[in-house]
Amino acid sequence: MIGTRAPDREGEGAVTTGSPESRFEPRPTWRRILGFGFAALCFAATVVGIVFLTVLLVDLWRDGAGVLSWDFVRSYPSRFASRAGIWPALVGSLWVLVFTALISFPLGVGTAIWLEEYAPRSRITTLVRANIANLAGVPAIVFGILGLALFVRAMALGRSVLAAALTLALLILPVIIIAAEEAIRAVPNSIRLGSYALGATRWQTVRHHVLPLALPGILTGTILALSRAIGEAAPLIMIGALAFVPFVPDSPLDGFTVIPIQVFNWIARPQPEFHRLAAAGSIILLAVLLALNAAAILLRNKYTRRI
Amino acid sequence: MTEREDELSRGGPGARGRSSVEDPDGSPRAGRARAADAARPPFRSLPHAPATPAAAVATGPTPAESVTSPTPFAAAPRRRWQERAVAVALALCSAVSVLTTIGIVAVLVVEAVPFFAEVSPLEFLTGTRWMPLFRPREFGVLPLLCGSLLVAVGAALVALPIGLASAIYLSEYARPRVRGILKPTLEVLAGVPTVIYGYFALTFVTPLLRQVWPGTQVFNAASASIVVGIMIIPMVSSLAEDAMSAVPRSLREAAYALGATKLEVSTRTVVPAALSGVLAAFILALSRAIGETMIVTIAAGATPNLTLNPLEGVQTMTAYIAQVSLGETPFGTIEYRTIFAVGLTLFAITLLMNLVSMLVVRRFREVYE
Repeated sequence: MIGTRAPDREGEGAVTTGSPESRFEPRPTWRRILGFGFAALCFAATVVGIVFLTVLLVDLWRDGAGVLSWDFVRSYPSRFASRAGIWPALVGSLWVLVFTALISFPLGVGTAIWLEEYAPRSRITTLVRANIANLAGVPAIVFGILGLALFVRAMALGRSVLAAALTLALLILPVIIIAAEEAIRAVPNSIRLGSYALGATRWQTVRHHVLPLALPGILTGTILALSRAIGEAAPLIMIGALAFVPFVPDSPLDGFTVIPIQVFNWIARPQPEFHRLAAAGSIILLAVLLALNAAAILLRNKYTRRI
Repeated sequence: MTEREDELSRGGPGARGRSSVEDPDGSPRAGRARAADAARPPFRSLPHAPATPAAAVATGPTPAESVTSPTPFAAAPRRRWQERAVAVALALCSAVSVLTTIGIVAVLVVEAVPFFAEVSPLEFLTGTRWMPLFRPREFGVLPLLCGSLLVAVGAALVALPIGLASAIYLSEYARPRVRGILKPTLEVLAGVPTVIYGYFALTFVTPLLRQVWPGTQVFNAASASIVVGIMIIPMVSSLAEDAMSAVPRSLREAAYALGATKLEVSTRTVVPAALSGVLAAFILALSRAIGETMIVTIAAGATPNLTLNPLEGVQTMTAYIAQVSLGETPFGTIEYRTIFAVGLTLFAITLLMNLVSMLVVRRFREVYE
C-alpha cells in the first residue's frame, strides 16, 4: 500500500503512451526527485526558524548598539532619551531572580522528590501530575491575575519584589518540577537498593545518593526555568510593576521594575529614540540570559565531573 | 562515621545530649549500630537494642512516643520522627502546585461572580461590542475572542507546517551531528523573551508588511501572528519530533522493504504512527499562542475589533487584561472585574485545549511494544 500508491499516480501518465504493464514499472527518477524536493523543503523549514533568529539578533544589534554604553547601564530612566538608562531595571531583575530562585527551587525539588521517591502510585499522584502538566500550560498572564489578587491584595505585599518573586515562582514551578522529576528518574535504581541494603533510611538514600546524582539535571532545569522568569513581563504588568522607577530596591518589600517592563515601556512610546533604547535594553536582557545559560552549562559540567 | 556526624549535625542539642548518655554504657559503635537498626525497618534489631529504650526515655526528645511503642523501631524515635517530618514536608511542597490551581480558579471565580451578577453571561458571550471603559458600556467578549483566535490561527498557519517539516527533517533526515547543532539553535527561539519578539514585530515585521500591503495598519494582527508563529515553532517541532522518534525502527524498515522511498516512509508511515503526539503538539502550541500576551499587546493594538482581516488592528483577551492593569483602574469596580471575567474565559479555553491534547495522546496513541 505504502510503496505502490505513489508510482500508481505517476503511472497514469504512462498509460496513455505505454502498455498496461508500464503501470507497474517503478519510476525511480521521478520518485527520487520528489524525495529530494521534500528533503530540501524540510531542511528549508528547519532553517527558516534559525534565519529568523539571526535576522532578529542582527536587527536588535543594529538598532541598539549605538545607544549601548556603560552610561546606559548605570543610568536611571529619564524622560529624555539621551539620558535614560537601565540600572534600576537591571538591579530589579536580579532581585526578583534571586527571590524567585529561593522560593521555587526548594518547592520544585521537594515536589519532584515526593512524586518520584515517596508518593504511592495512586490516583492522587496521577492527579497531582496531571495538575502540574496542566499548570505548565496556563498562560503567564493568568498567573499574573493570581498574583494580583493573592499576593498584592489579599496578602497585602503591595507591588513589591516579593509579590513578583512569588508570582514568578508559581509560574516556573511546573517547569522545575518536570525537569527535576526527569533527573531523579534517571538515577539508576541499583543505587537506591544499594543504599537501602546498607541500612539507610529513605531520606538518607535520597539525600546522600539520589539528589547528588540528579543535581546536575535539576540545576540545569532550574536555571532554564529561571531564564524564562527573567524574560517574563506579562505577569509582572498584572501585579503592577512600575514602569518608571528612579530608584533601586533596597528590600524585598520595595517597589521595583525589571528589564522586560522597562523595554516594554520604551517600545510603547512613539519616538524612535526610545525604540533604540528598547533595542539596547533587549540586548542587555539577552546578555543576562546568555550569562545564566552559560552558568547552567558550567554548573552541570562541574557537578557531573565530581560524581 | 558520616552516619553519626549527620545525626549529630541535624539533631542539634538533642542528639548531643543523647550521645553523651550512650557513651558511658557502651562504645560509640553501639550508638551507631542502633541508629542503623532503626533505619532498617524490615529487620530485627541487634542485641544492643534492649539497652536503648531506657536511654531514650531519659533524654529523648519525645519520651511519650518511645514509651508507647515497644517495637525495636522505638530505638531511635528522633530518626523516625525526622523521616516522617521529611515526608510531610515533601508532601506539602507537592500541595503547593495543587493549591496554585485551586487558587487560580478561586480567584477568577470569586471576582467573576459579581461581574456576572451585573452583566448576564449570555450578553457577555454573545455581545459583539466590547466597550467596558467608556459609556455606554458594553460587555460582549466576542471581539476579544475573535482577536485571540485570529492571531492564534495566523500563528498556526506559520508554525504548524514549518514545525512539522522541521520535526520530520530532524527526526528522519538529519544526521546526529547536524541535529545536535540545529535542534538547540531552534530551541533558542523559544527562550527569547516575548517583549523582544514584540519589539521585532512592531519595528521590523510591520514595516515589511506595510511595504507589501500599503493598507496595513500600524498595529495589525498579521505581524503579531507571524511572530507568535515563529515563537511556537520550537514547541511544535520538539514535541512532534519526540513523537516521531518514538516510532519503532521496525515500522520504517518494513516500509522500506515494501519499496517505499524515504519520503513515503516519513509521510505515510512515521507521521501517521506518531499522529497522536503530533496533534497534541499542535494543540499545545495553539494554546500557547492564545495565551501569549506581550507580542500581541505591543504589535496587534488595543482596539477591540470583530474582524477577520489580519491587516487591521485587533485586541486579544490577553492584551485587554494587560491594558486594564497598565492603567489605574480602581479596585472593586466593574472595570476591574472585567479582567477576571476575561481571565476566566482565557483560562477555560486554554484548560480545555490542554485537556484535549492529553486526551488525544491517551486515546489515539499507537502503542508499540
